[in-house]
Amino acid sequence: MLRFIIATFVVLLSLQPAFAGFDDSINTLTAPIASAIGAFVFFKIPIFDAQLPLVVLWLVIGAIFFTFKMGFVNIWGFKHAIELVRGDYANPKDSGEVSHFQALATAVSGTVGIGNIGGVAVAVTVGGPGATFWLIMAGFLGMSTKFVECTLGVKYRNENPDGSVSGGPMYYLRKGFSDRGMEGFGKFMGTFYAIGIFIGALGIGNMFQSNQAYVQLNNVTGGLFDGLGWLVGLVMAAVVFMVIIGGIKSIARVTEKIVPFMAAFYCIFAIIVILMNGSAIPQAISNIFTGAFTGEGVAGGALGALIIGFQRAVFSNEAGIGSASIAHAAVRTNEPITEGMVSLLEPFIDTIVICTITALVIGTASVANPGFAGDATGIAMTSAAFEGQISWFPIPLAFAGMLFAFSTMISWSYYGLKGWTYLFGEAQIGQTIYKLIFCFFVMLGCIVQLGPILDISDALVFLICVPNILGLYFLAPIVKRELNDYMARINSGEIKKYKNV
Amino acid sequence: MVKYVVAVDGSDGSDRALQKAIDLAAAGKADLLLAHVIEWSAFSFHTPDELAERHKRREEELERARESVLSPSGKKVKVAGINYETIVLHGHPAETLAKIAKDENAENIFIGRKGQSKMGTLLFGSVAGSLIQISPVSVTVVP
Repeated sequence: MLRFIIATFVVLLSLQPAFAGFDDSINTLTAPIASAIGAFVFFKIPIFDAQLPLVVLWLVIGAIFFTFKMGFVNIWGFKHAIELVRGDYANPKDSGEVSHFQALATAVSGTVGIGNIGGVAVAVTVGGPGATFWLIMAGFLGMSTKFVECTLGVKYRNENPDGSVSGGPMYYLRKGFSDRGMEGFGKFMGTFYAIGIFIGALGIGNMFQSNQAYVQLNNVTGGLFDGLGWLVGLVMAAVVFMVIIGGIKSIARVTEKIVPFMAAFYCIFAIIVILMNGSAIPQAISNIFTGAFTGEGVAGGALGALIIGFQRAVFSNEAGIGSASIAHAAVRTNEPITEGMVSLLEPFIDTIVICTITALVIGTASVANPGFAGDATGIAMTSAAFEGQISWFPIPLAFAGMLFAFSTMISWSYYGLKGWTYLFGEAQIGQTIYKLIFCFFVMLGCIVQLGPILDISDALVFLICVPNILGLYFLAPIVKRELNDYMARINSGEIKKYKNV
Repeated sequence: MVKYVVAVDGSDGSDRALQKAIDLAAAGKADLLLAHVIEWSAFSFHTPDELAERHKRREEELERARESVLSPSGKKVKVAGINYETIVLHGHPAETLAKIAKDENAENIFIGRKGQSKMGTLLFGSVAGSLIQISPVSVTVVP
């Protein structure tokens, strides 16, 4: 075994020059395709000085519509969501099935990632402190979108003969449209979504993550892994292989256990750093509010800040993309509404809590010491903001970032798999082929330059918002009816609590 | 009719507890409820893959518990001519046993002791120990 591993290393080392050529040819091949797809998906309409990508507008209008249609479920449903997660309504007879808490934790692990640490820094750099305000607003509205898509994910899922479940937008698009007499259209939308989530899973759910993990590792070790991307990639691919093909669940379970603690650890230290910059807090908060409406120094002014904030929020909490609905479909409940309720906590945790905290770390640091980050942007900027107060923090931060990347990869490997099985059936051999492709892309992410490839995957993930949200509009009346029915039964006492009565 | 809950898990300790319960039930004209708890927390973390397969796994776990734990124990009770029922649930072992006893209006819970080392108890706790702390009914710990 050891000899085999050494032999593989030697072969790969000798191939390194070839990789460099490979990298170039991939880039030249994909760049024109990427820019064409990107230009199409992120088609921007200029409003005053700002550039508004249509797809962002599409998502925002959807989120506002669902917020009104569901009667502000994102506000009044909050308390009920907490009760569900606590298990107040869990029938002890069903113990051992997936709990609401578990579905929530898994979905949150999939969304909490680099975006919460690095993406916010990008938002603040480009959109100014005011972008934070719009980021929070987008998180708040996104709660309604999540509610609708996760309810539908459970309602229209497939139960496989072996007792496992498959669900998500491809299923509700197909079945939902077919229920309304548009069978052909539903089939087309389902297939379109499945292809999009499959390719997206290889890009932002995979290569982007492994690439960022490698970059951080290399930064924190002072360039120790320069040119060794293939080695880091190979190790990461091997670990992912062990989890998703080798069935070594313990690795995944350990990560899934560590990630929530890491998120808590991150928030606690972030709050400490904010408090250490205590005198800057009022100014930082006032910058967020004034920036939101004046957009001082931002291209496109307040509108520019708004666009950036909304765009980053969607990147981070995935509301409207439909991915979380795949994870939530696994819960065996008779009440699809309960999963929707629980899922509205995800944008809250991801965007309103964690992203806001990151924004305040950066905001207070820049009030206390403008230019603290030098030229750094993204995750390096957040890292610099922490470093200003706690000099050793970049190391655990890089470690946390790697774990976030890993858990995101595991979650997305499943989302992509569900797209794949929707297209090619549930046969085991097909699933193994998909998983091998997935592992290969983990390694690829550390070797090639991401630019054009990431652009394609980015664009596709946003492109699947189009059929998804369209489906949500069509199916919203069904969700609304279920919601009214469910709340009536809660109020009449037909659905009762088992705990904390 | 008086009802005794017996915690069974197929171990030697649980067999001794069962024997004790059979003896006392025969003498005092009681029915037995054989309870098996599969350790499980609703607040643990899983991958999406595991969530999708959870229902299937749960069915398998219940089936295994019925076949390899409850049904052999049941045979012993039947031979002794005592009425019995069985129950298998997922959950925290001590809390779930206490809840079963309360819901079923049982008079006593019988539980075996593993006799693990002090260090082991310190690290992992013991089901019998926790049950004594929280049980709403009397507990008989059989060594």
